[in-house]
Amino acid sequence: MADQADFAELAMPFMSGLYAAALRMTRNPSDAEDLVQETYLRAYRGFGGFKAGTNLKAWLYKILTNTFINIYRAKKRRPQQETLDDVEDFYLYRRIGGLEAVDAQKGPENEVLDAIPEASIKAALEDLPEQFRMAVMLADVEGFSYKEIAEIMDVPIGTVMSRLHRGRKQLQRRLWDLAIERGLVPSGSTPAGD
Amino acid sequence: MDCDGAIHRVYHYLDGEITVWKRRAIKRHLDDCPPCADGFEFEIELRRVVAVSCTEEAPAELRHRIGQALGLE
Repeated sequence: MADQADFAELAMPFMSGLYAAALRMTRNPSDAEDLVQETYLRAYRGFGGFKAGTNLKAWLYKILTNTFINIYRAKKRRPQQETLDDVEDFYLYRRIGGLEAVDAQKGPENEVLDAIPEASIKAALEDLPEQFRMAVMLADVEGFSYKEIAEIMDVPIGTVMSRLHRGRKQLQRRLWDLAIERGLVPSGSTPAGD
Repeated sequence: MDCDGAIHRVYHYLDGEITVWKRRAIKRHLDDCPPCADGFEFEIELRRVVAVSCTEEAPAELRHRIGQALGLE
């Protein structure tokens, strides 16, 4: 059994990561702060039930996710199940890779990736339906394994894989649309809708 | 392993969620197929860009507020 006196020392280092996840979930800084604070309070109160030596990071993200679902999903009444169209493999690479590079050394792929502003990448991720957004964020930003994500989101591993697969490809499609809108790729490039 | 087989498994490969045998087969294909190797590189770079863009620093005020709530200060 874990000792509450150790909680702060062990759990505080995860705050920035939890805040980043909370921002992507709530899409709003003040809600994100409240969500992180509530997560720490719930985790502190429940720390006696945490098995010392097991995965504290995953345990905290699970509390964050549950707290988000309890508080914000109830408030907004978002649909529980969302679907996404399947997008072809290598979607973005196939489109950007066919372009002519201005700087041949760098290649068109990295040129376009580097030109997309950070805020737009955040917006593209936040634009994904909730369940896909959370899976992609937990894997690609936080570095969790399929098994850990399955535990955090309380779904089977197969569901995690399918959400990741579809979510990542949908993200590519949105980034491509964004690159066209911002004029980062030549006009006349195929929009994602086609 | 052909191109379709490798590309189809790109996420499992990059996630490290694949058997050592499949991993070796994909690696061999990438060694022999520069276009697929380029595509895999792109997926790695894209993931890095997304992770870096979505990293945040918790506000000092929030850190302080939680510290107080936990009786640290």
